[in-house]
Amino acid sequence: MSVFPYLVAAWIFLVGCYGLATSRNLLHAVGCLAVCQSSTYVLLLAVGFRDGGTAPVFSDLTPGSRPVVDPVVQALALTDVVVGATLTALLLALVIQVSKRHGTVDPDELSELRG
Amino acid sequence: MSRRLRMWVLALGTAGVAVLLVVAYLELPGFGGDSHPYGDRAVSAALAHRTANVISSVNFDQRGFDTLGEESILFAAVLGTVVLLRQTRDERQVEPAPAPVAAFVRRYAVHALPVTLLVGLYVVAHGQLSPGGGFQGGVVVATALHLLYIAVDYRALERVRPLWLFTLGDAVGEASYALLGIAGLLWGTAFLADFVPLGTFNTLSSGGTVPLLNAAIGIEVACAVVVLLARFLDQAVEIEKAR
Repeated sequence: MSVFPYLVAAWIFLVGCYGLATSRNLLHAVGCLAVCQSSTYVLLLAVGFRDGGTAPVFSDLTPGSRPVVDPVVQALALTDVVVGATLTALLLALVIQVSKRHGTVDPDELSELRG
Repeated sequence: MSRRLRMWVLALGTAGVAVLLVVAYLELPGFGGDSHPYGDRAVSAALAHRTANVISSVNFDQRGFDTLGEESILFAAVLGTVVLLRQTRDERQVEPAPAPVAAFVRRYAVHALPVTLLVGLYVVAHGQLSPGGGFQGGVVVATALHLLYIAVDYRALERVRPLWLFTLGDAVGEASYALLGIAGLLWGTAFLADFVPLGTFNTLSSGGTVPLLNAAIGIEVACAVVVLLARFLDQAVEIEKAR
């Protein structure tokens, strides 16, 4: 039972990979990449969880009075969100240009080079 | 490769990765366990530097250099998007036509705008104390401006959003983060190390450099999101193929 949250992360990652590989639409593929990435949030937060733990914020909590969850993985998840969001924006911009230049967003039809 | 063969390769690959992941996860410490050596050390380091929000302390003090890299990724991605979505030679810009807005939508957005702006600035300013910080607050601030697009129309948004200013703000945010790091060097400590007085725990001025770096990130993220959305909105509303 204690590995179940980790397995959820693996499942989300593999579902995202399946979507990426079978995608017939670049917009859909960008969405699938976001799904792959969200598996890392689940994994990070699962690694950092502590039974009975609360948020590692001491503005209304006396230090040492309660266990807190691991702040390091939370900071990593925050990094992940920011990088993921900007990467998605960049990829969507690429999709817009591909659709304008080639008139299609099906990766199978994008086999030839064009200036 | 035929589609059928490709599916077989995919099935084999995913099954292999799944097995490896499960084997790796069985070796991890159990979910919810009490052993978090890095977490415990991060908490005591944050408390020693009088930062109430440990996550902000990890991001802007203990791992400040990593955040510089993360911020640079954000900056580069925005730069790439701006380059990719610029108007090309065979395109022209059209004046967007005003669209009718339902009265209650307009009323809601006009009232929500100042509140959202204030909440965003609050979240940036209290990053060292309560959950939030520059990244989250910056996005909220940028969202607030775009309520004007929902409430009135694109031209109203363009009037409150001089794009050159936000492009400049993006660069200023990025530069001031690096400059704060160099200031630490000039002060006689290390790059991005804490060099300003730590202040009183749980007040706005606590945490040493954390609030300053937080503000730099807040400026960069707010400006970056505005610039990004402006480019995408341009594509949707203003740029057309020339006839």
